Amino acid sequence: MSADSAARRFGVAVLIAWLLLGVMAPWLAPYNPLLQRIADRLQPASALHWLGTDGLGRDVLSRLIYGARPTLGLVVLVGALMVPIGLTLGILAGYCGGWIDRVLSGTTNIVMAFPQLVLALAFVGLLGPGLVHAAFALVLTGWPAYARLARVETQQLRRSDYIAAAQMLGIVGPRLLFGHVLPACIPAMRVRLALDMAGIILAAAALGFLGLAERPPTPEWGSMVADGGKVVFDQWWLATAPGAAILLVSLAFNCLADAPREQADGV
Amino acid sequence: MPTWSIMTASRNSLAALRIVVRALIGLTLTLLALLIVTFGLAKLSPIDPALARVGDHASRSTYLQMRHELGLDASWPVQLLRYVQQLAHGDLGISLSTGQPVEQDLRRVLPATAELATLAMSVGAAVGLALALLAARYAGRASDLLIRFIALLGNSIPVFWLGLVALFVFYARLHWVGGPGRLDDAYEYTIDMPSGFVIVDAWRSGIPGALSSALSHLVLPVLILAGYAIGNVTRLTRTALLNEMHQEYVMLARAKGAGELRVLLHHVLPNAAGLILTVLALTYANLLQGAVLVETVFARPGLGRYLTTALFAGDAPAILGATLLIGLCFVIVNGVTDLLVRLADPRVQ
Repeated sequence: MSADSAARRFGVAVLIAWLLLGVMAPWLAPYNPLLQRIADRLQPASALHWLGTDGLGRDVLSRLIYGARPTLGLVVLVGALMVPIGLTLGILAGYCGGWIDRVLSGTTNIVMAFPQLVLALAFVGLLGPGLVHAAFALVLTGWPAYARLARVETQQLRRSDYIAAAQMLGIVGPRLLFGHVLPACIPAMRVRLALDMAGIILAAAALGFLGLAERPPTPEWGSMVADGGKVVFDQWWLATAPGAAILLVSLAFNCLADAPREQADGV
Repeated sequence: MPTWSIMTASRNSLAALRIVVRALIGLTLTLLALLIVTFGLAKLSPIDPALARVGDHASRSTYLQMRHELGLDASWPVQLLRYVQQLAHGDLGISLSTGQPVEQDLRRVLPATAELATLAMSVGAAVGLALALLAARYAGRASDLLIRFIALLGNSIPVFWLGLVALFVFYARLHWVGGPGRLDDAYEYTIDMPSGFVIVDAWRSGIPGALSSALSHLVLPVLILAGYAIGNVTRLTRTALLNEMHQEYVMLARAKGAGELRVLLHHVLPNAAGLILTVLALTYANLLQGAVLVETVFARPGLGRYLTTALFAGDAPAILGATLLIGLCFVIVNGVTDLLVRLADPRVQ
């Protein structure tokens, strides 16, 4: 088994585990993640609490399991908005050409130069805390990459026999673009999406760390790191577990992004 | 012959001029678009700048007067025009929390962030390029795999978490480095900060121990930010180098008997230089963003910490000002690099 396929398997395994944790959290978590037992606060790992308890006596393992949810939701939301927007604009620009292409490509280049993380911070700071507001910022700065990929792909396809054949069969308009051009754009998107997802995970965790993601009792990995950070010199494990979870998921996406690219290199 | 060379020379400079003009137009449009986004954000925000200024207990007439003074009763296009005019004069409004003009605040905090990001970038570029060359030289072997793994890790680690872990290990347990802040407490209030660069100011103060204190507080943040840079630079440069190594000129050089190291350093590296320059610039621009988190974790006064403090305080003018400044640096670094690459490489467009 080559290193690349090992990396890919690792990535897929971690992401499936993450998905399961998020979806099945109520059945997997041993405790209610919001239940506070002040008397049992800041305990180290034990048979009762596998990862110990936090500053309010809540079970860290349960909070870690429930904490998979907000980020999972954000990733799905951003992906579901960013990719279709980018694909549609890119295909239109590539297929129509002319002034439509010039306007769309110009807009793409402009938005591509925006600073992603800082804009996400500004969105959340000005519109109010919450990952949904961050999602707007991430979508706003994220779609141009997909538009660019789809445009190049469409331009190449436009001159191909495959599209000419479809047109001769009378397939035109939206059905041609979305039934025949769009599927050809998907493979190029996958690598980029995996790469972006790693960045989105880190951005979401950063917002949580700054206390700008979810309202306090809701478990979220970034805010758990921040909570653990307050007592890191005495109870180091509190910040370690959620941090490792963020690292694992982000690494999994990066592995998926990296493996197919190396394959394309022929190395 | 001479007329011919003059003609090509003038044609070349004309082409260069066209590239520069086009880049400037692109830069202006990008900045304008960024302004429109931040302006729209300020308008959509539930934070009422007039109310924030006069406070909850002000009478209605005072409130309306403040609205008028801030120009909030004008129509949106007029407000946008005034906003752009004010920005052109460097007027970013008054910070609600410091009571100072945001522009002065930013001037004060920018050097610290520039210092941190530049030091991290130097380390990141040197180590990243060296690792990428090593990985490309031994592509597919164990050392290449190890380097790729390190690069992936550098790109995947949340920097704020790594900062906490590093503080715990190297400051709290091992006492190798200074803790949060930019200086030990003994120096923090005795040293003037005229330049804002902590190394320069600590050195100029002449107080014994000040410089080493500044350095021991800088090591961790610089290395952690550099870790991200190393990941980015190594990964993208390695791919750029490997793409070049499949070209025919590399085969020719090998056929003529050039050693692998010579091929890499004398043939592949110069040809990939434009791409590498772009990678370095992109990484540097991203380090300015990463500094926001690192400064917050290490409690270092700088642009990033100014932004996060403003976020917690709901200080809209400060948030917008800091966002625009980071955006400006980001756009300019990227734009200038793009321009340099285009001017240097006739093959690009």
